[in-house]
Amino acid sequence: MTSVAIEALGTRHEPPPLRQVAMIAKRSVSRTFRQPALVVPVILFPLILLAVNAAGLSSITKLPHFPTDSYINFAIVVCFVQGALFAAITAGTELASDIQKGFLDRLALTPARRWAVLVGATFGGTSVSVVGSVIYLIVGLIFGVHIETGVVGAIVLVLLAIYIALAFAGIGAWLAILTGSPEAVQGMFPLLFVLFFLSTMNLPADFIEKHWFRAIAQANPISFLIDGMRGLVIGGWDAGTLVPCVAVATAILVIFYGLAARSLRRRVQRT
Amino acid sequence: MAAQDNGIEVRNLQREFKGGIKAVDGIDLSVAPGEIYGFLGPNGAGKSTTVLMLVTLLPPTGGSATVAGLDVVREGPAVRRAIGAALQEAALDDFLTGWEHIDLQGGLHGLTKDQCRRRGEELLDRVGLADAANRKVGGYSGGMKRRLDLALALVHDPSVLFLDEPTTGLDPQSRSALWSEVERLAREDGVTVFLTTQYLEEADVLADRVGIIDHGHIVAEGTPSALKAQIGGVSLEATPANPNDKERLAGVLARFGEPAAGSPKSVAVRLDEGAEALADVVRTLDGEGIAVADLQLHQPSLDDVFLEKTGRSLEGDDDEGGEGDDAPEAARAPEVASR
Repeated sequence: MTSVAIEALGTRHEPPPLRQVAMIAKRSVSRTFRQPALVVPVILFPLILLAVNAAGLSSITKLPHFPTDSYINFAIVVCFVQGALFAAITAGTELASDIQKGFLDRLALTPARRWAVLVGATFGGTSVSVVGSVIYLIVGLIFGVHIETGVVGAIVLVLLAIYIALAFAGIGAWLAILTGSPEAVQGMFPLLFVLFFLSTMNLPADFIEKHWFRAIAQANPISFLIDGMRGLVIGGWDAGTLVPCVAVATAILVIFYGLAARSLRRRVQRT
Repeated sequence: MAAQDNGIEVRNLQREFKGGIKAVDGIDLSVAPGEIYGFLGPNGAGKSTTVLMLVTLLPPTGGSATVAGLDVVREGPAVRRAIGAALQEAALDDFLTGWEHIDLQGGLHGLTKDQCRRRGEELLDRVGLADAANRKVGGYSGGMKRRLDLALALVHDPSVLFLDEPTTGLDPQSRSALWSEVERLAREDGVTVFLTTQYLEEADVLADRVGIIDHGHIVAEGTPSALKAQIGGVSLEATPANPNDKERLAGVLARFGEPAAGSPKSVAVRLDEGAEALADVVRTLDGEGIAVADLQLHQPSLDDVFLEKTGRSLEGDDDEGGEGDDAPEAARAPEVASR
């Protein structure tokens, strides 16, 4: 072309991969926070559930040998993990709608790497959980949550929550790429939620009476996540719960981003 | 830019989807540098599948194609740098502004912030979106979205431009605005344009050459005037005053020429002896006592070409078919889901 602006374009290079991620992530975050319906319920719902549970279940702390005498200390971490799950669903539905509307094809026509698109696209959902986690922590502190591991523990708690959200977003992304349908991703949500209830979310494993329930809860990856975070609040620094928590989150992250990347190669068959 | 080879060469290109559906069944075509090539066909003819293969988003199952001298299978990344594409139904993000789209797409193509700014200003101005560029795309009209999509396709200065049904669903005014910009790109900037359309007028007005595709095959190719010249002379279209007379009217008109494309209410024939036969036709109709509500002479259209080659009319066929152009999506999704 002849225009002045074009002369200045010169030779172009593919931007560095991390810069690609940053650009796609920026778009994903802007887009997510411009849709209050994607943000507000994600932040409010876990808090409402906490309030309801606190009203109805707080007497369980009176059980002999219950690990804490404050119900909110026991239950607050559930908010973080639930928030992470909701954020993952947001990440998944957003990516699925990109596929459905052809925005993924638009990105595929640029030099952007597939994995950069995948990782960048999950940032919107994850960023909601960043905001959510900080809010859960503040609300918790206002209502008297005492964090045994102190300020450092609180920071680790929020960072863990964000890491778990990022890992869960991999599940959302995988479902999105597999199905290409936001509705299908939404439809998976109740299944994941059931997995939550079959965990140590509402009771420590030792207190679960039914053997089958206890067995599932003890093997449930969600329990490892909850127990690790809960340890920071009501126990103290304990590698015995923290290490499995980080390990499980890492495993989810690696497995599901791996599956998502594999599906993406089939979804975007560009040469 | 016109000096380098930015044409398109397609040899026996094929795409078969699962279940043996041959969306594109061995097509050959070549587009000269700087030419506007119109790929015309009804819904489901294989237009979009062809475009997806040429822009490297869908691997062919047979044959070969080069774009700007680059092989679409072996040199995908280089092809993508050389081309710009506005695919069907302008896939834009309703929650981003026009500028944010430019910055994202320009950035991913490796433009610096400063380059994005200057290039964006030029393009937005050119497509008439300078004032709307800071508004979210969700509030844009259909025409504005297509214009932004065009600007985005051009952001990295491609030498070949693919437009998949760029004006489907647009009002006539937006349509002609887009046409003039595409025309300017080809004439002044030497950009090669490959556009698909189901609109005869679009192919006729805009394209230097037209390829007509039906059921995955190219059934005719040439300049619009050459194609129409193949068909021959003028046609006559008559609408009976009484719809029950349509059969009789057709019988009478058949004496003057071969059937041609008409509307559901009318009868059309290509006049063997050209417009001079008109007086005879009128006298005969009068003699037979058939009253006509309307009588028109038509120069041959691309629709007549389509009718001649396929036995069907392209106009008024819009609602039928439908499945085929969705084929790329429909066929790509289950491919993934079935694993």
